[in-house]
Amino acid sequence: MSYTTAKSETLRKKSDRRRRKSLLSMNTEFPTPTYVGIAICAFLLLLVAWTIVARLGLVQPIFLPSPLAVVTKLIKLAQDGTLGNDVAISVYRISIGFLIASVMAIATAILIGAYRFWEAAIEPVLDFVRYMPVVAFVPLSILWSGTSDVQKFLIIWIGTYFQQALMFKDNIKRVPADFVGFGRTLGMSDLRVLMRIVVPSAMPQIWDTLRISLGWAWTWVTLAELVAANSGLGYRITVAQRYLQTDMAIGYILVLGVLGLATDQIMRLLGRHFFKYEKRT
Amino acid sequence: MTPHPKLSISGLNKSFRNRAVKVLSDINLEVADNEFVSLVGASGCGKSTLLAIIAGLQESDNGDVLVDGAPISGPGIDRGVVFQSYTLLPWLTAQQNVEFALRETRYDPKEIADIARHHLDLVKLSRFADSFPSQLSGGMKQRVAIARALSYRPKILLMDEPFGALDALTRGQMQELLMQIWQEHKLTVIFVTHDVSEAVYLSDRIFVMGLNPGRVKETIPVSFARPRTGDEGHDPELRELQARVLRSIRQETSGQDVY
Repeated sequence: MSYTTAKSETLRKKSDRRRRKSLLSMNTEFPTPTYVGIAICAFLLLLVAWTIVARLGLVQPIFLPSPLAVVTKLIKLAQDGTLGNDVAISVYRISIGFLIASVMAIATAILIGAYRFWEAAIEPVLDFVRYMPVVAFVPLSILWSGTSDVQKFLIIWIGTYFQQALMFKDNIKRVPADFVGFGRTLGMSDLRVLMRIVVPSAMPQIWDTLRISLGWAWTWVTLAELVAANSGLGYRITVAQRYLQTDMAIGYILVLGVLGLATDQIMRLLGRHFFKYEKRT
Repeated sequence: MTPHPKLSISGLNKSFRNRAVKVLSDINLEVADNEFVSLVGASGCGKSTLLAIIAGLQESDNGDVLVDGAPISGPGIDRGVVFQSYTLLPWLTAQQNVEFALRETRYDPKEIADIARHHLDLVKLSRFADSFPSQLSGGMKQRVAIARALSYRPKILLMDEPFGALDALTRGQMQELLMQIWQEHKLTVIFVTHDVSEAVYLSDRIFVMGLNPGRVKETIPVSFARPRTGDEGHDPELRELQARVLRSIRQETSGQDVY
């Protein structure tokens, strides 16, 4: 090996070391597999910590069962159909409740985002209701619609509609004024400008709002099922509490987390597919 | 009977905030058919507001705006607008953006694709017909916007600092392209800019606007022979003209700068 290559070798090693160090510096970029690897490690670390705490008997199993016990319980519940049934019911409730809230919120947002009159008439009311805690409506919702599915839809609706309407309105308002001007110069009517230019322009942002608010909807469906239900994931958690089945309670909470994460990822992928045109190539 | 000017504005005033702030005062001007005129002036002189009023996107307090002798009522397809900001619809390709305008202005659906293709060709973007705006550079986006505004054959093309956001090199190319299109296709253009050399290179006449309130303070004819090549920059006569426009603008702002 000649002197110069040896020298460049040491230089390369030096710069390699510098690059490795940069994994922890601000705003570094690294490949996706590295990112996924770090994320998996974080999950594993939590799992290991949980196992150690349970194994060493630091906490009684009745308060914190081991990960293995939780998984075993979940498998059993999956085999006898309980888990699948509960997931199906909760997914059904969140789908309907979220769909109703979202459709209404988008319609409201178009109205208040485009017409000052409707903004003045509706937005202060939305703001007012938005600051009322959703949980405070739970007794009323039971009074009105018992423990039926309608009560679940109602809680999901109260929890998401008011927030969504204001966020969608913001999405609509952010469409540049010149887009509206462009439509007008083509002689398009206000309604046509709204439906053919403004709303499609706001769609990527509206989709993001949908994705974020879907996360909240999971909280509200669980809440509704915790307080008044005969079925669903939330209901099963109250049953677990009643019979001190901590493994089931923890298992179901984990299932809720996984469902939330999965729906979020699905929304993300769909968004990436729908709004491909946004991506620079 | 003398033919109407293409555009005629008389006694036009405009103010904001319930007439508390006057932005345009007694505007009177005429633009002939196939004429290329520029509105220049310091920021705040109301040149963009005046263009928006001509486009029908804003209303004046009083006064008349006539196109071919007929008063305008709001925006219309007899006036095409190229905005300074990019207004291509991001979910449509270049071709579809032009087709969108043609469809909304009620062109025969069978001809739309051909007309759109022809106009993209005009701005030398045929190769990018199927590209989305996010894949185009700023200059390309404005070329599509020009193609789109021309496609439905407006009588007047209104341009509001269309090259203001572009780098100097691209801006030069765009000016050349616009000149070429204007010379070949005979259009009436009203061009808003704060770039004096751009105004001198492109225009038949320059309206210099004054400040506080905005008004047309001077009309300067540019009598250089066409086709202009852009090499006239060294011509002393032209430089003198640029200096004159610049002086006229500066007179307005100097009062504010000196305390």
